[in-house]
Amino acid sequence: MGDYFLLAISCIFVNNILLAQYLGNCPFLGVSKKMETATGMAMAVIFVLVLAGSITWAISHFILKPFDLEYLQTLSFILVIASLVSFVELFLKKSIPALYSGLGIFLPLITTNCAVMGVCLINIKEDYSFLQTLVSSFTYPAGFGLALVLYAGLRERILLARVPKPLQDTAIGLVGAGMMSLAFMAFKGMA
Amino acid sequence: MAKSFVQEFTKGLWAEIPPFRLVLGLCPTLALTKSLENGIGMGVAFTFVLILSNILISMLRNVIPKQVRLSCYIIVIATFVTIVELLMQAYAFPLYQKLGIFIPLIVVNCIVLGRAEAFAAKNRVMLSIADALGMGIGYTLALGALAAFREIFGAGTLTFPFINYSIHNVLGASYKPFVFLVEAPGAFVCLGLMLCVMNMLGRK
Repeated sequence: MGDYFLLAISCIFVNNILLAQYLGNCPFLGVSKKMETATGMAMAVIFVLVLAGSITWAISHFILKPFDLEYLQTLSFILVIASLVSFVELFLKKSIPALYSGLGIFLPLITTNCAVMGVCLINIKEDYSFLQTLVSSFTYPAGFGLALVLYAGLRERILLARVPKPLQDTAIGLVGAGMMSLAFMAFKGMA
Repeated sequence: MAKSFVQEFTKGLWAEIPPFRLVLGLCPTLALTKSLENGIGMGVAFTFVLILSNILISMLRNVIPKQVRLSCYIIVIATFVTIVELLMQAYAFPLYQKLGIFIPLIVVNCIVLGRAEAFAAKNRVMLSIADALGMGIGYTLALGALAAFREIFGAGTLTFPFINYSIHNVLGASYKPFVFLVEAPGAFVCLGLMLCVMNMLGRK
């Protein structure tokens, strides 16, 4: 039990998928201008990743490895993720239309989110068991969501400051993200 | 939109250079610019995939139905990424180990999908090749510049790609490297500052 807790802490804080492993930057800089879109995006990514992580783990262990088809890993994973995202889109449209319209264009963008594909690949590379995969597939996007929400707050504050023209928008956003990453580096002493 | 080969090629080198002007493809930019070797290696692999996928998608542009076009693009790109991955495993194994999971991640690199959707799907093969070459070389140059900066000031070394050579103590043996630059926060801050410099240059 302690092992899984350590894994969770590692995924959320120490090896934060965004601030320490640099995955998931495009939506990070695109969605984080407002709190509502940030939280919505975080929820959607958690949902997609838990499903995607387990399904890709199963495919890798029951189909790719036994039949020596490991070179099909990239292709099969991205297809699973793309179809999952379409499925989640349809599901949200029917059940929670408010969230669907709130997320707008960002839902299909989860397909090209490096974090989703990245976590699936990390699960295989680190040779996690199924339970470990479940834990990491839930906590990695939770860490992503945490960083996203914190960053949205930061960005809302930056809007009120007087930023020099060349630094505006993305440039100061990246510097801000760097400061957050610096703060998260402090967690390296934890695990 | 009858643009010439040279025009499409040069726009990727300055006016629309990823990742600075076209704010896409940031994940490899941040992760793989710790050393010049990684940066340029990634740039070359990326250019391969971009050119090949642009060619194929441009050839098939009148055949792929509109509703399923994104899935088709993804399949094409994933196939070429797998090919490049296997080639690297065979012929450039040390580089393959250094780039790690970022090679398969070229599939979800926004630039490749973006160029396929925005350009290759609407233009002839020759122009698509020009666009891909320009973007690819521009991206490689950008990665190289950022990586060289971070590595020289952050670690004091300079490792060259493809040839087994690296310079240690570029700035003299008594230089204490500014380690912040090669760590995670340094990546974000450096990219932000480079974007700032590009904006300043762009306004002139």
